[in-house]
Amino acid sequence: MAELQEFWRWTEYTWHHPEMDWRKGKRLAAGIDVGSVSSQALILVDGEIYAFSNLRTGSNSPDSAHKAVNGAMKDTGMELSNLKYTVGTGYGRVNIPFANRAITEIACHARGANFMAGPKIRTVLDMGGQDCKAIHCDERGKVSNFLMNDKCAAGTGRGMEVMADLLSIPIKDIGELSYQVDQEPPPVSSTCVVFAKSEALGLMRSGWSKNMVLAAYCSAMAHRVSLLLGRIGVEDQFFITGGIAKNPGIVKRLEKELGIESVKTKYDSQIAGALGAALFADTLLQKGTQ
Amino acid sequence: MIANYGYKDGSGEFFIAIDTDKCNGCGDCVPVCPPRLLEMAADEYDPLSEKTVAAVREEERKKIKYTCAPCKPASGRGALPCVAACEPGAIAHSW
Repeated sequence: MAELQEFWRWTEYTWHHPEMDWRKGKRLAAGIDVGSVSSQALILVDGEIYAFSNLRTGSNSPDSAHKAVNGAMKDTGMELSNLKYTVGTGYGRVNIPFANRAITEIACHARGANFMAGPKIRTVLDMGGQDCKAIHCDERGKVSNFLMNDKCAAGTGRGMEVMADLLSIPIKDIGELSYQVDQEPPPVSSTCVVFAKSEALGLMRSGWSKNMVLAAYCSAMAHRVSLLLGRIGVEDQFFITGGIAKNPGIVKRLEKELGIESVKTKYDSQIAGALGAALFADTLLQKGTQ
Repeated sequence: MIANYGYKDGSGEFFIAIDTDKCNGCGDCVPVCPPRLLEMAADEYDPLSEKTVAAVREEERKKIKYTCAPCKPASGRGALPCVAACEPGAIAHSW
């Protein structure tokens, strides 16, 4: 029997600053983003990123939150009790037992994007695991207009995972492979994940290569997201957060459709929510101690 | 801030947009809505502000097409109660 490979699986990892010493810090604030597919925890020491983790969400939010925060604190000697203020965000935010406060992920993503890509960011697109949010924000990272599409998983990370599995292609290769086609195929007509899956199967049966199916699916997804952005308007500068930001198959097609380049940073696009939550925690901590 | 509550699906776009900068927190829109879709709550999209603004109740956000339907007959549609009740004009429907 062939070995079962999980093509949808992306790499989980943790990171902490190799030189910073958290014991010298005064303000230890954490943000926990328990999303529908991935969970992140990020710890700020005096307003600087000290450690973070990016893991897969389990079926239980408190467990996922614990796993994420323990992942971020791994090998640092830090304990949960050292954290002065913790903000929870994401789908599971109301179910994080050790969080001091829950803040919606829309506010957190805007704030995180503002930190990651600078105050010139006006439009933030969060392409998450199960929904898609278009956010317009001001120079302080405060939300001024937003739109969320969480009724349907089309145009999200979960849809990509399903496609990776169906075509037996590791999820990280999808973006690149979707450009290895002689000619850009027309987008798949259904954006619904379930219908797109049967449409993809039909296309393959009629002789399309896997790469062509990927290209068709990526452009359908990019088009769908651009419609969502159209409602709030895209203002320069534009930044994409969430896991899909790592997929050039979507990002480049979306940029082409919108006629605007997105800002790229050194940070992992998936930590934006947790970073924003941690920044709010830091602000609330400062407010409380004044 | 403009908060768009609702969704977009195969049958169209269904959003109730509430402009929280215009909303004065009076709460007049809450009792006039027949299915009680609206509530007054802390502005959850601006966690650092302490203002109370109108919002669409969370459990209603994914079905407003149906919940709002009685106020939107196909013919002879009058002003929507929530929109009419809002003096500063902070509420708008997309459909």
